[in-house]
Amino acid sequence: MAVQFEVNGKPVSVEVEPRLTLADCLRHHLRLTGTHVGCEHGVCGACTVIVNGDAVRSCLMLAVQAEGAKVTTVEGLSNDADLTPLQKSFRKHHALQCGFCTPGMITTAHALLSEEPDCDADRVREVLSGNICRCTGYIGIVEAVLDARSAYKKAPAP
Amino acid sequence: MKMPAFEYACPETLAEAVALLASHDGEAKPIAGGQSLLPMMAFRVAQPTLLVDLRKLAELRGIRISSDGVRLGALVRWRDIQDDARLATAHPLLADAIKHVAHYQVRNRGTVGGSMAHADPASEMPGVAVTCDAEIAVRGKSGTRTIKAADFFLGALTTALAPDEIITEVRLPAWPANRRHGFQEFARRRGDFAMSGVALFYDLDAGGKAANAHVGVIGVGDHPKRLAAVEAVVNGQTVDEATIAKAVAAASAAVEPPDDIHASAAYRKALTGTLVERALRSAAA
Amino acid sequence: MKNTFIGTSMERREDLRFLRGKGIYVDDLAPSNLLYAVIMRSNIAHGRLKSIDASAALKIPGVHSVITAKDMPGGPPIIPMRLQPLPEFKPFEQLVIADDKVRYVGEPLAMVLAESVAIGEDALEVIALEIEDLPAVPDWRAAEKNESLLFEPAGSNRALTFEARKGDADAAFKNAPYVRREQLRTGRHFGLTLEPRGVMAEWDAASGHLTVSGAAKVPFFNRRILAKQIGLPEEAITMIENDVGGGYGARGEFYPEDFLIPFAARHVNRPVKWIEDRRENLIAMNHARESEADIEIACERDGTIIGLRGFVHTDMGAYMRTNGAVGARNIPQFMGGPYRVPHVKIDSLLWMTNKTPVGTYRGPGRYEGSFYIERLLDMVAHDLGIDRVELRRRNLITSAEQPYEIATVQPTDARDQYDSGDYEQALDRCLKEFGWNDKAKLQGKLIDGRYHGLAVCCFVEGGAAGPKESARLEINSDGTISVFMGSSAVGQGVETVFAQIAADALEVPVDRISHVHHGSTTTVSDGYGAYHSRSVVMGGSALLDAATKFQAAIKDAAAKRLGCNASEVRLGEDKVFGPGGKSLLLAELAGLTVEGAFLNKKHTYSYGTHAAHITVDAKLGQVQIVDYMVVQDVGRAINPMTLRGQIIGSLVQGLGGAMLEHLQYDEQGQFLTGTLADYLLPTAGDFPNLRCIVTEDHPSPINPLGAKGAGEGGIVAAGGVMANAVANALQSFGVQPRQLPLTPTYIWELVQAGQRQAAE
Repeated sequence: MAVQFEVNGKPVSVEVEPRLTLADCLRHHLRLTGTHVGCEHGVCGACTVIVNGDAVRSCLMLAVQAEGAKVTTVEGLSNDADLTPLQKSFRKHHALQCGFCTPGMITTAHALLSEEPDCDADRVREVLSGNICRCTGYIGIVEAVLDARSAYKKAPAP
Repeated sequence: MKMPAFEYACPETLAEAVALLASHDGEAKPIAGGQSLLPMMAFRVAQPTLLVDLRKLAELRGIRISSDGVRLGALVRWRDIQDDARLATAHPLLADAIKHVAHYQVRNRGTVGGSMAHADPASEMPGVAVTCDAEIAVRGKSGTRTIKAADFFLGALTTALAPDEIITEVRLPAWPANRRHGFQEFARRRGDFAMSGVALFYDLDAGGKAANAHVGVIGVGDHPKRLAAVEAVVNGQTVDEATIAKAVAAASAAVEPPDDIHASAAYRKALTGTLVERALRSAAA
Repeated sequence: MKNTFIGTSMERREDLRFLRGKGIYVDDLAPSNLLYAVIMRSNIAHGRLKSIDASAALKIPGVHSVITAKDMPGGPPIIPMRLQPLPEFKPFEQLVIADDKVRYVGEPLAMVLAESVAIGEDALEVIALEIEDLPAVPDWRAAEKNESLLFEPAGSNRALTFEARKGDADAAFKNAPYVRREQLRTGRHFGLTLEPRGVMAEWDAASGHLTVSGAAKVPFFNRRILAKQIGLPEEAITMIENDVGGGYGARGEFYPEDFLIPFAARHVNRPVKWIEDRRENLIAMNHARESEADIEIACERDGTIIGLRGFVHTDMGAYMRTNGAVGARNIPQFMGGPYRVPHVKIDSLLWMTNKTPVGTYRGPGRYEGSFYIERLLDMVAHDLGIDRVELRRRNLITSAEQPYEIATVQPTDARDQYDSGDYEQALDRCLKEFGWNDKAKLQGKLIDGRYHGLAVCCFVEGGAAGPKESARLEINSDGTISVFMGSSAVGQGVETVFAQIAADALEVPVDRISHVHHGSTTTVSDGYGAYHSRSVVMGGSALLDAATKFQAAIKDAAAKRLGCNASEVRLGEDKVFGPGGKSLLLAELAGLTVEGAFLNKKHTYSYGTHAAHITVDAKLGQVQIVDYMVVQDVGRAINPMTLRGQIIGSLVQGLGGAMLEHLQYDEQGQFLTGTLADYLLPTAGDFPNLRCIVTEDHPSPINPLGAKGAGEGGIVAAGGVMANAVANALQSFGVQPRQLPLTPTYIWELVQAGQRQAAE
């Protein structure tokens, strides 16, 4: 069936089977392969994307359920010119090794910091406990997210 | 791990949704957040032939708080409960319990109705519903009915819902000001299903004694249940060390948990006692 | 050689693409006309395969074909051993697809090729299998009875016994004033990678060339196996390493699918891709670690270790596959760890069981061995009334004793020696940084409902396996330089680290190194890959050799152009200078390429100490880490930041094995931990407060960089430390953990047993 939604600010229209997950739709139909699939049963968090402002597991959402939604993937949180402050912080704190969990970490951290730029280490650990990283042991990831908070704090009113 | 093929419908009205469910010989399923159903389908354990998406049914949304209690629309997400500051006083047990549900991303999509219909023995929402004598309002082809939480959960992943019925609302009775509560659970990792969990409350009478004690457990049987023996120990007593000790013994004796890969039955029995102890302590504090 | 970039914590080149979601992993490849492979796996642990009827599956639209053993002319080939290829293992090797017996849940039986993965999985549901059940062998104790044989012609379920020997243990034990015997166990873990495995194969019928994407770890070796199996010359196969989502020893070994997918592509003359899903990953990727030791330690009254003696039973799963024997060999050889053990007599028995075959997982055998010796040492300290730190200090091998010869293992005649180091120095550094003396008073104390415990354990980590590695340098058309490595990337950051080494070796800014290519069989003539923490030492040393030859070649080439002697040529960043103000742009020599190599048969041994401060809730059986410190001496750190990443990352994997991870089966050999809600990986919520310090006090004498392999030290001591800390915390209950993982149930049971004993 046909489904229309917005990905990274651009409208898309895709013909899909109802059984297609949003993750597979993004990866294989829209060729946005930055979203990774690590378990397909809602545990690892690698496929996290942002739907209407909320971080969600795209393996636990059907593409047809995205009708009319605004979807943001790691590609939408990136630009070619420079790394974003969040990405720079990940690089500085060596918060990634093999890179497979990284897109899910970036989308999750972005959603968290957008809503809670004052979150503490406990909150970061709680939120990221839905994203598995097998390489880093998380220490660098938690530091990176904490260090990126300043970039998400609203500038004080002039 | 691709799902088996199915049809998909996204009706505009509840009546339409019920009609769709009724039309598929029991092989259709409603889907709300899909956070429990879709993993089952990914493993091909569940193979519905039609999914009826409830997301357009605005009447299933919203948290309504009145003197009658708290009404949770079936499409209320964990996230909505966490964000609703009124619940800290309107239903603090619910607010505390929901903090333990799954992870950040799942809380953005998982719903009250979905969790109730899925009926995992270790889920928090069914435990709160049973503990609080909630009523579950459902709509089917023959109309609406309400089911008491105690009658709703029949076994692991089994409820009293007919195939054409949709949960519309979970109604939690009003929370009086003199009510004390505690919620405790323990899982291997944060966000995992609990090896045991305890939800309890009691009302403090004028003399400082506990009355109307409700003690519910999750994760130690095939569905959540209240422990009458523990409630009997607490009712009419001051919740002090002596009462707590009796309640702990009664709780451990009252549950017959299973052995599984995450915990032994003996451990779960003892754990349930420990959690009752801690829940009573936090209630009395 | 300058020393500008080596030793600096450069931010990684790889990150620029990974952070943007622009890494290209094998599942990101989508050539046209692609078919998807889905594997039908046995759901029976032990049985005789009677028939496979795929007729219903073939009727499903979109199903292209179903391939079984019968479709392979001459029968399916076997997967040979890569390491320890002993004749004794021959009867236990695995066919790429079952043709007669099935021996584990997850064994490949058939392969569906379809227009989508979903259709392929639809087909699996209607393939009719007939398997006659045989009694399952669920563990080594059942295997030992030899009542049900996995391999009837072999006549036994024991594939081999490795014998580790040093000194004369029997004589030493006879006269020992103190002996303690223990039964200790480690759980079944595996190097689960977050990116599941994947293989894509493309067959070019016109040129007779096969291209295989998704290669990892040891692509050159795997090409040799595949060429032989499939009947092609090696040159007719190209193995492509894409971005690789984690290795840990498990990914990149030769698995059944590494034959099946290329075979299918050639068979149907279309590109074929297979991506392992998580359900199959848990039963198809190599398992590891499960072992049980029945072990005695003998000591003098002052705690000086006299010897180790006993048996180790290792659960090999259903087949001997590629590197499956490494762990079983390493446990007895390395059980002594960094300690002086003059007499060793340990037999390691390899038992075949109806489970997924085992292979290596980071720190193979050393993790298990460390758990065994460290548990024993804390018991010895308790028995003899010696401080645990002092006991270790007394037994650590001194720098004067280096190189130190460890036990030899037969029948492979595996001889080994530690290369260098001052183990006590690392112990002292760790105690100081950890604050052991301040924390010591907390041992066993109950504070706010939690018991405090400390532990300290020392370790060695092997690295730098030979025999060889290759590296090649080439001048690009813009005058920058490309590096080509036989080493493989599995996420450890080799592009950055090799760029640092190359820049220093060539004395150019690191930006002059435009690309670091690695892993594919197109990079160098003869590559060896990434295992045994070998990339920096072997690849890096090969790179130094290549750089020296490269500079000479540039001088020669420039001399010809400039009409002078090579000795008169001076190399600049992007130019080459001759006498008389003449110069040449490096770009003018574009295409010049030189390969170097490093050959080595010795191993490096980095070393260090772990210390932990934990608390235990005795009623929940719950452990929390308050502080954890690892000090590791690596000889020379190329990039301290990425090295710390290796230590912390491997430490958390070790903590996973210590506390959470366990692949479980029932008595029928049915797999019980088939989801990531059942096989529990560490999450961000589990292990905070981890610290590490990298030291470079003792460079390795056996390679020009002075570096030591250091990707696995964080994991080695984690099991022993956590178990000892739990024992220390719960000393008032007399708790002595004897197995991993330390689950809440297990800790609670130990406390209960202690309370019962105290009551009696």
